[in-house]
Amino acid sequence: MGQSKSQLRAAVRDFYEDYAATLDADRVEAWPAFFTEDALYQVISRESHSQGLTHATIYCNGIRMIRDRGAAIRQTAVFEQRVIRHFISNVQVSEENGEIRGGANFLLIESLYDREPQVLMVGEYIDVLVRDGDGFKLKQRSAVYDNYRVRTTLVLPV
Amino acid sequence: MTLSNSIADERVWPELGACRVPSWVYTDQELFEREMEKFHYGKTWNFVGLECEIPEPNSYRRSFVGPRSVIITRDEQGEVHVVENRCAHRGAPVCWKQSGKGKDLTCPYHEWTYDLSGNLQGVPFLRGAKPHPGMPRDFNKADHGLRKLKTHVHNGTIWASYSEDVQPFEDYVGPEILRFINRVFPGREIRLLGYSRQHIPGNWKLYFENSRDPYHATLLHSFFTTFGLYRADAKFCVTPQPNGHEYIYSHFTSNTREASADMAAEMKNIKSSFTLEDMSVVTPVDEFKDGLISSLQVFPSIFIQQHGNILALRHILPKSAGGTELAWTYFGYADDTEEMKQLRLKQGNLVGPAGYVSLEDSEVLTQVQRTLTSAPDTVQVIEMGGRDNFEPSETAITETLLRSFWKFYRSEMGFDGAVA
Ligand code: FES
Ligand SMILES: [Fe+2]
Repeated sequence: MGQSKSQLRAAVRDFYEDYAATLDADRVEAWPAFFTEDALYQVISRESHSQGLTHATIYCNGIRMIRDRGAAIRQTAVFEQRVIRHFISNVQVSEENGEIRGGANFLLIESLYDREPQVLMVGEYIDVLVRDGDGFKLKQRSAVYDNYRVRTTLVLPV
Repeated sequence: MTLSNSIADERVWPELGACRVPSWVYTDQELFEREMEKFHYGKTWNFVGLECEIPEPNSYRRSFVGPRSVIITRDEQGEVHVVENRCAHRGAPVCWKQSGKGKDLTCPYHEWTYDLSGNLQGVPFLRGAKPHPGMPRDFNKADHGLRKLKTHVHNGTIWASYSEDVQPFEDYVGPEILRFINRVFPGREIRLLGYSRQHIPGNWKLYFENSRDPYHATLLHSFFTTFGLYRADAKFCVTPQPNGHEYIYSHFTSNTREASADMAAEMKNIKSSFTLEDMSVVTPVDEFKDGLISSLQVFPSIFIQQHGNILALRHILPKSAGGTELAWTYFGYADDTEEMKQLRLKQGNLVGPAGYVSLEDSEVLTQVQRTLTSAPDTVQVIEMGGRDNFEPSETAITETLLRSFWKFYRSEMGFDGAVA
């Protein structure tokens, strides 16, 4: 490939930041484009994940379910308006046999009307990426959250 | 004068009784403490966990009764116990891990050791650091065990009571609730699927009311009605039960969108143009062969819910007057096919902290609690279906379960003397 580990990490970091920027800009319609057709996307509690349990708070098997999640938020869900900001750090990558494993910490800060901003969620992404032209797509993304409890409601994707 | 008297004397329930609710019942911390004494630490059976969460002998796991930490254990002989997670010495929690394995529990503070049924086994330096004296000669370990709760296991579910003279479990829940518990817990081996928890900044009773209020379900949760999962025009059985319990079931008419014209007009939230690309989320398999969606509440701790192929427990853990943990436990059966496992995972998107038909609840209750806190002397109105109607209902458009709840609550808490 001729790409050094640090180049790969920089490229994956760019990709992660684009993903975060898309969600922070409330462009949930553009969010499915970060995934492959057969992608698995889930938001799962550390409690379940560490015990090897399969139920996830958000579970999307395939791009159709990923698009459905975005559409349902837009069309049926009733929730208080909020601004979410992702803070992504500690990007990790490794590549073996053409498969790229990625990971990063995430911190989501939620701001609501008449309240101080709060930590909505903190945790780590555990990803499998594939190359897509100059960029990447997510074949698997598990957002494992460390919070023992979700703060009130999880509306938007992580 | 007891605490309960002082509150009941100070607080006067509004006129008209059970169809009126004063906002201070959701905000008063002193009343909250009294509720915990009366209900959670009183003559009730509280859900604490599933047997499959402590599968083997010598396993244990933490849970809660009200705000109090308890430990569910399975001893060497396989018997299940529930004990308070509070050392008899100085009150440190004995168990700091969420779950674990071992023959005994050792308190980290001064290493007093208890067996899994809560009996004190060992005290370091019992006889002192010689030649200095240790514990008094008459110190009897049998008097200093962990607080033991009365424990009952029913078809894989574990229940605990602080009261020695609580009714037998079957009588406490009653035959109709028991029938619906047995529908999802028939003794078939349970497979634990996972947990989602959320903190709701609202009073625990708001959440109890929310899920016995089918009136809101058909209106607020437009996802539900859009896919025919729960609609006002379906036939319902909305049934108050003794001891604060209730059950609701309806016939699911998956993906039928033909509501009678007037119903549809009332239900503004039906998005007839909205569809899903993956319809399996809203296309359940009729695994119980009765075409029903069912939910029930066993007061004061648990809802048992079956929506299509989602089997979920909603464990209500009151933390304070203004805060509640809602702990969702998802399960299936050990003999589920791969297809059924996948269906349960997919349909899991419907409920929980991010659920298509439940995320609105934590949103609305948070807002309600904030409003009530700013106006504790205001009064709420619960008249849908009739002011004095406490009967079962065949329509979801009813508040009969809320009135029944408040009738029960007022009587238990000593507020019904205040009826004008
Ligand atoms: S508090 Fe537990 S041993 Fe002292
Ligand atoms: Fe609801």
